[in-house]
Parts: sequence; C-alpha cells; structure tokens
Amino acid sequence: MIAEGTRESAEQRQHFLTTETLSGRTITEILDTAESFISVGEREIKKVPLLRGKTIVNLFFEASTRTRTTFEIAGKRLSADIININTSVSATQKGESLLDTVRNLEAMHTDLFVIRHPLSGAADLIARSVPRHVHVVNAGDGRHAHPTQGLLDMFTIRRYKGDFRRLTVAIVGDVLHSRVARSQIHALTALGTKEIRVIAPRSLMPAAVASLGVTPYTDMNAGLKDVDVVIMLRLQFERMSGALIPSAREYFALYGLTPDRLRHAHPQAIVMHPGPMNRGLEIASEVADGPQSVILPQVTNGIAVRMAILARLAGAQAAEAKTS
Amino acid sequence: MIDVEHALARMVDGAGPFKERKPLMIGIHTGGVWVAERLHKRLAFTEPLGTLDISFYRDDFSRVGIHPQVKTSYLPVSLDGRHIILVDDVLHTGRTIRAALNEIFDFARPASVALAVLIVRDGRELPVQPDIVGAAVTLSPHQHIKLTGPNPLGVRITEKPE
Repeated sequence: MIAEGTRESAEQRQHFLTTETLSGRTITEILDTAESFISVGEREIKKVPLLRGKTIVNLFFEASTRTRTTFEIAGKRLSADIININTSVSATQKGESLLDTVRNLEAMHTDLFVIRHPLSGAADLIARSVPRHVHVVNAGDGRHAHPTQGLLDMFTIRRYKGDFRRLTVAIVGDVLHSRVARSQIHALTALGTKEIRVIAPRSLMPAAVASLGVTPYTDMNAGLKDVDVVIMLRLQFERMSGALIPSAREYFALYGLTPDRLRHAHPQAIVMHPGPMNRGLEIASEVADGPQSVILPQVTNGIAVRMAILARLAGAQAAEAKTS
Repeated sequence: MIDVEHALARMVDGAGPFKERKPLMIGIHTGGVWVAERLHKRLAFTEPLGTLDISFYRDDFSRVGIHPQVKTSYLPVSLDGRHIILVDDVLHTGRTIRAALNEIFDFARPASVALAVLIVRDGRELPVQPDIVGAAVTLSPHQHIKLTGPNPLGVRITEKPE
C-alpha cells in the first residue's frame, strides 16, 4: 500500500501518462481543480497567469483535432507559450528518431511536452528520457492509454450524474483498439463506480477484459439495460488488421446506438462519445444530436480538465524543487 | 485582544464615506468573504456580493503549486466603471491584494478600488495600504494571525516554527 502510494506521487508529480496508477482521491482533486477552471472559460478575458513564461510543445505524431486544439486552448488560457508540431511537417520524416526530436525541442527550453503517438508506450519512453524539470503528458499512445480523455469523461459524468458509487456505466463498441476505454475503465474503477459494463462483438472484445473488473456483454440491449451512462467508442479501422466486423451495415444493426436501443438505458441516461464520431456506424445522428447527448459538453470540459492537469504538473515541479 | 465585533463596527463606520459612490463589494476567499458577508449586510448593500479566489494569480505558484481546493471567483455584476470595495481578513505582505487586483482587472476596468481589511498588521512587502480598517496589530515576524470562522468569527495568533 505504502509503496504504491509513493510510486504514484513520484511519477505523477512529474508526468501524466496513464489513469492506471491514479487514486480516486487524486482524480477527484484534478476534477475539483478543473471545476474552478470552467469559470475562467466563461469570463471576458479567458486567461489566468498561472503558466506565464512556460513553454509547452504539442508533439503529435497522429491526427487529432479535438485533443490538440483543446490542449492548445488550455495552455493559452493558462498563459503558457504553446507550439504545435505535427508529424507531417517534422524532421521525423527525414529519419530523425523520436528521442532525438524530443532532445532538440528540450534544448529549446521546453517545459512540458504533450505527446500523441501511434505506438503504445511512446509517452513513457519520452518521460524516462527527459530531465526532472520537464513534464510529459500522454495525449494518446497507440492502444495503451488516453488519460486526459479518460479524466474529461469522468468530469462530464460527475457533472451530469454525480456520485460514481451509484452509477452503472456501459462502454460500447471497439474496446479492443480503444485506449480511451482502457483509461476510462481504470478511472471509473478508482472512483468506485457501482458497475462497469463493456458491450462489444466478440471480435472487438479484449480477451482479458473481465480481469479489469468489468462485466462483458455481447448483446447490446441486455448490456444497456438501466445504465446511467452510455459511452460509445469509435470503430478504429486504422488500427484493425484483418476483417473484425462483417460490414458497416451489420455492425450498425447490432451495435449502433439508435433511439430504440437507447430506450433500454435509464430514461435520464447520458450519451457520450470521445469523437470523432462515425455517424450511422456506431451512433445514429438522432442520438448524437439528441437531448441525452453530452458529446459537445465533453469537448468544452476537455479544456478545463486539461488546464487542471497542466497546472498540476507545472506547480508540482516547483513544490518538489523546493523540498529537494 | 482583538474584538471582532468591535473591529467590524469600525469598518462599517469607515465605509461610510464610500457609500455614496454606490460601490460593489468583493470578498477574497476564504476569510475575506466571511468579513465581506457581514459588512455587506450591515451596510445594507443591495447588489450581490462578489467573491474572488486568487489561487490562479498567486506569485508563489511556482514555489508551492496549485491548491487542490480552489474556489470559483463569482462576480455577478459587471465591474466596468464601478467603484469597488475589496474586502480581506488580514493585510500582511500585500501580495494577496496584488493578486486580487490583477484578477479584478482581468474581468473589467473598475472606476476605483478601495481596500477594506478587518485586521492590518506590519510586514508589508508591497506598496499596499488599506482604506478601511477594523483593527491594527503589531506582531513579530514569527507570529501568524488568522481569522477563524465562519460562525462565530474569531482571531487566532500562532507562533510559526523557525
């Protein structure tokens, strides 16, 4: 217990790589801080001076609109200088290694890296190579983790539904390839969620999913019965090797979230999706744009949650410097 | 030593000359809000009380990090062109007031800001002086003075370890 606690604090003081090692208390603290950042976004001047003079590099080796943009806005609202680097325009295409790229950016006195990479473990690799005053935030690595998305989803659930100990949450779709699902499951577990269900066809259900403490369902209607939160996942064709679903039409018929299907859930259930959505494939437009959808609030909340995570890392570094 | 009721009464008297400007009142979390709530009521201000949490504006963020229990700043009335009475519990170094002024100016450009404090002590590190004062004390640098509350309000002086 003690060893685990120390490991958590040492790693989390410097980096934000996964939700797996986060305690419920740490998550709650981050969500509370995010709550106070929400109001900053509603002001005339949407900026606070917390990270003035800090340099953040958004290093994205994979396409992203929402995550990159909300990190950029989060950094700017904290008064940091933030630079976007996308793989298509970077030197990695000329054969420079990932660590060389990072070292060069570090030599420009970068304080914090936000990294997205198609390979699982990329953010950890970089975190291990940077000096102690530099922070790394994982913005999605392969199939492994997407912890800031996981926490913004927790923030959204808490805002609409309150106490996790009373909630049944269903995660639906391409769980196999989803780093988002993994990060959500760890966070939901740490927060003491009453029941976590995973709904997917066998071909998209990870083999050891039950070992995460979730209940697997292959029947959508049964899995949705009386749930408070429905989290839809995107079918990730780019990560699929081989034919895992028979056809888009058949997938939608069995696992697409339609208004009829949603009626199996609790009448006040909320519908979430991390984006980008495949309308008519995993979710019907009537649901995505319907009254139970909180998909756009998720995006707004992403800014406040990312502000909280950036501020926490930048501030904790200083606290550590003082004690050492 | 410090009678909070007496100090509050002195603040009410001190606020008299400011009343005709129809000022808005803003309290600084946490103790300043407690004091402001009482002043606001006793002065019979009709516009709602604003509250400020200056955590995002502190100059020691790079040394102490973020406070996990930040409150939300709540300024229900536009401050533009208005006269403000800014209320805090203790005026010591002046850094809190510096942070509060920065935050206020990120919301709007008020016509004026007057500072009201329940207790003023020595140890200023910035050129900040109060306009309305409840009580004044002189303490040694090792002493720390803190308002306890919210019901009832009390004042506690502790010795800081060296």
